[in-house]
Amino acid sequence: MSNTNENNWPLWEVFIQSKRGLDHKHVGSLHAADAQMAIENARDVYTRRQEGQSIWVVPAAAISASQPDDAAMLFDPADDKTYRHPTFYIMPEGAKYI
Amino acid sequence: MTIQEALFTYCLRRGDDNLILSHRLGEWCGHGPQLEEDIALTNRALDLIGQARNYLQYAGQVEGKGRSEDDLAYLRNERQYTNVKLVEQPNGDYAHTMVRSFLFDAWHLPLQQALTRSKDDQLAAIASKAVKEIAYHLKTSGDWMIRFGDGTAESHQRAQRALDDLWTFSGELFATDDVEAVLFAAGIAPDMAAVKSAFDSTVQSVLTEATLKRPMDAYMATGGRQGKHSEHLGFMLAEMQYLQRAYPGAIW
Repeated sequence: MSNTNENNWPLWEVFIQSKRGLDHKHVGSLHAADAQMAIENARDVYTRRQEGQSIWVVPAAAISASQPDDAAMLFDPADDKTYRHPTFYIMPEGAKYI
Repeated sequence: MTIQEALFTYCLRRGDDNLILSHRLGEWCGHGPQLEEDIALTNRALDLIGQARNYLQYAGQVEGKGRSEDDLAYLRNERQYTNVKLVEQPNGDYAHTMVRSFLFDAWHLPLQQALTRSKDDQLAAIASKAVKEIAYHLKTSGDWMIRFGDGTAESHQRAQRALDDLWTFSGELFATDDVEAVLFAAGIAPDMAAVKSAFDSTVQSVLTEATLKRPMDAYMATGGRQGKHSEHLGFMLAEMQYLQRAYPGAIW
């Protein structure tokens, strides 16, 4: 699906929150003429099986993304910095989900 | 007419309206103007078929002759169908499809809201489940009225034409007869005058925003409730009932 075809409505990225308190997760994209229609379409396309209780839609054109070509420069330097992971602590008894 | 007879017919009418409109909307499956709209219409059709099942099951139960929802859906002929003529009208263009749904939804929501207070527990239960679905139907069909009406010159013209074409079928939604009177007296069916005034106010506010003109209340086509349908229903039933007619009792 392309965002440049002028016969198509603009592309929107859809984020669904499955339960209160959890984050909104990216689930896919769709076409819609405006934000209101994008939410309605997201409801019909992505929440048919009780997947969600809140919907965010974002114009795909509004998302700025890092370039795949830059991946080495951006991410590889973190490879040898294990001290950034909190793995040298002893977890307190009973602490979960950290 | 006993309450039981009236209730049977009343349930058939509710079931038939939903079933026939559902089948019409289902005809768009795979042909929607956008993938997203295609799915939205199919969802809407599935909501309606779910409501139709509830009503036809209950109709069979009230009648007490052992007819199942499938018997009622697949083994009645055209003259035994009690849906309004509005819902059997062909899909036409997308404006026709949406105007047809909008007129139906604007009537269906206040009707079902009132039915949640019915003295018949089963009708009240069916309505309570249905009103959330119908509220969404009305929201989205109303949105399309506004998009078309207040959109381009062509979309406005098509929406107005669809409204002018279909308006003649809107009066039948509010027609009352002995069935309604018997059930209204028993506190089972609501006052249709109140439903009509809710319909009028929804239509007024949506059409104003859509910059569309409400057609004059001239001749209203009726007869569907008595089984006198337009020429379109027979063809639809022929397709819908083919399998059960050709292979009686077929299941899978």
